[in-house]
Amino acid sequence: MSVLGPSEVELAAAEEGGVRAAARAYLERVRAGDVGSLPVIVALALITVFFTAKTSVFFTSINFDNLIVQMAPVALIAIGVVFVLLLGEIDLSIGSVSGVGGVVVAELQQAGTGHNLGGGAAIAIAIAVGALIGALQGSFVALIGVPSFVVTLAGLLAFQGVILKALGIQGVIGIQSNTVNNVANYFLPKEWGWAIAAAVTVGLCAVTVSGFVTRHRAGLPIGNPLLAALRLAALAVIAFGAVAICNHARGVPFAGLLVIGLIGFWTYVARRTTFGRHVYAVGGNPEAARRAGINVARIRILVFMISGAMAALGGIAFAARLSSVDLTAGSGTVLLDSIAAAVIGGTSLFGGRGYVRSALLGALVIKTIENGLDLLGQTDWVKNVTTGLILLAAVTLDTLSRRRLERVGR
Amino acid sequence: MTAAMTPPTLELRRVSKAFGSVQALRDVDFEVRDGEVMALVGDNGAGKSTLIKSVAGIHPFDSGEIYFDGKRVEIHGPKDAARLGIEVVYQDLALCDNLDVVQNMYLGREVHDLFHRLKEPVMEQRTSETLRSLSVTTLKSVRQTVATLSGGQRQSVAVARAVMWNSRVVILDEPTAALGVAQTRQVLELVKRLAHEQGLAVVLISHNLHDVFEVADRITVLRLGRNVGVYERSATTQQEIVSAITAGVPTKVAGIEGTGEAAT
Ligand SMILES: Nc1ncnc2c1ncn2[C@@H]1O[C@H](COP(=O)(O)OP(=O)(O)OP(=O)(O)O)[C@@H](O)[C@H]1O
Ligand SMILES: [Mg+2]
Repeated sequence: MSVLGPSEVELAAAEEGGVRAAARAYLERVRAGDVGSLPVIVALALITVFFTAKTSVFFTSINFDNLIVQMAPVALIAIGVVFVLLLGEIDLSIGSVSGVGGVVVAELQQAGTGHNLGGGAAIAIAIAVGALIGALQGSFVALIGVPSFVVTLAGLLAFQGVILKALGIQGVIGIQSNTVNNVANYFLPKEWGWAIAAAVTVGLCAVTVSGFVTRHRAGLPIGNPLLAALRLAALAVIAFGAVAICNHARGVPFAGLLVIGLIGFWTYVARRTTFGRHVYAVGGNPEAARRAGINVARIRILVFMISGAMAALGGIAFAARLSSVDLTAGSGTVLLDSIAAAVIGGTSLFGGRGYVRSALLGALVIKTIENGLDLLGQTDWVKNVTTGLILLAAVTLDTLSRRRLERVGR
Repeated sequence: MTAAMTPPTLELRRVSKAFGSVQALRDVDFEVRDGEVMALVGDNGAGKSTLIKSVAGIHPFDSGEIYFDGKRVEIHGPKDAARLGIEVVYQDLALCDNLDVVQNMYLGREVHDLFHRLKEPVMEQRTSETLRSLSVTTLKSVRQTVATLSGGQRQSVAVARAVMWNSRVVILDEPTAALGVAQTRQVLELVKRLAHEQGLAVVLISHNLHDVFEVADRITVLRLGRNVGVYERSATTQQEIVSAITAGVPTKVAGIEGTGEAAT
């Protein structure tokens, strides 16, 4: 389910050929402070095996559909968190901003209020509001230099207040718009599911092959074709397998497609565009980025806008799932789940290292545990302790690889 | 000589810079011409790094004038400096540890298409070519993260980055400080080639007078943020430079007028 081909590092290092070279490339990356996605994928596999063994209802089509819809809002918000963490900053307002996103959508689609906008327009405006909030917070961070921790803590409180005010005494707004509700409740027709799996597979193959061709034409070393083929085959199996399981029940949830599509899009932005490159540069060494002529303030503001927009979108998905927003919108574990997802997924808290896909991987870990423990009839305290321990493990791993780096004296 | 007729490539007149109460530079004059290596020497804290950071647009001078090819210019940011063709290799290497060699070489100047899509093959090719042309052969791969490089390798990447662009003035702040014997030799050879073969104006900051005397054509001495003097390499000795650095004794003046006045 992770997106896009091998990173450039692997490509070049795998040129010597063989799985051994790829393993060496991975170790090299760990040594450079980047633990990558391997630990979280292993963890996810173990968790799945554990719950499948524990309860028969876990590995079923219906539960799989549920899990995807439960996971989607957190994954969407965590995408924004990944960008913020890549900068070496933090955004604590994402929970509240997601609540604002839900409230704005619910308010705008409401009949008889004078807005009564179509669902699509309401969604677009809510996302724009999220981006605007991000721009505001980002400006304080980038232009004035207020620590992002404090700016977004203030945002957390302030926007929680805004939600209270907006919902008033009535305290809840129902969502009638089908367009909005479909974000979380629409399941694609089965043929569509297959078509999408095929399209994703073909797309990934095309990207990989065209990458090989351009590198070959340019006379550059190319990666190991066998390894790339194996990776593509694994991704194809996951894509078709996921669709097969979903189609056994209601079909592929639109929310799942939305997450995959956006992970793909933002991965592209992060890894293949100048903007993405500059985000990594600012996170790795802001002074070097500045000396290289990169407009550091602009990058910071844009990243906080991404974070705000993705938080709003996640909030819309939350609201759609419940077909309403109430005073709890964006509170509870939304904030911590989203930040934990990005970190558990393998994005470093220290800036400059991480991948957009960690949002999905981390959200899957957190929500699979929650889902599994729910099925086992465990109470909240077990869920919280387990998630906490996994987060601690992820951050410890990150810190250790970072410490190693410092000991070598770089 | 004809050099006196054409204006210097880069010239600073009476530039000053203070950090709060610390006057890092006071009315300093400096110049460098095409095809020469101008060394900039002085004790720790003399203001060498401050001078070049201002030229590079990192922090502007408080006062004074900058001339490029005889024309008055303003440098407000790194982009201005780059547009003029001024490239700097910093003492605290301005590399991003989390990025690889190619990404660092093109940092802030990535090759991209209309949609800001990166053209990785082009960048990788040119990086390899540049490193090869500078005989930097110890890198395993240009796709290695900079965090995994040795000090000398990092220095080589930083130097290569500065000369990859069509630069007019290349400034190197202690480029050999962290290098072993062989790599120091290589960098010094490179410095000479930049000036004498490619005709660039090269500024070399170094504490190693042996290195300075090996490659420099002229030597500017700073002491406590002020000019001491400008010396022709062929007409001075290491002892003379040492006493200029430590005691600030102006003995000989070459090139710039008015640099011989008392420095303390
Ligand atoms: N960013 C800064 N803030 C405050 N003071 C500074 C700053 N940069 C330099 N200084 C001060 O300016 C003076 C000149 O420093 P500079 O780094 O230019 O010296 P230098 O000649 O490069 O010395 P070295 O040989 O040790 O590199 C010193 O007194 C230093 O403390
Ligand atoms: Mg210095």
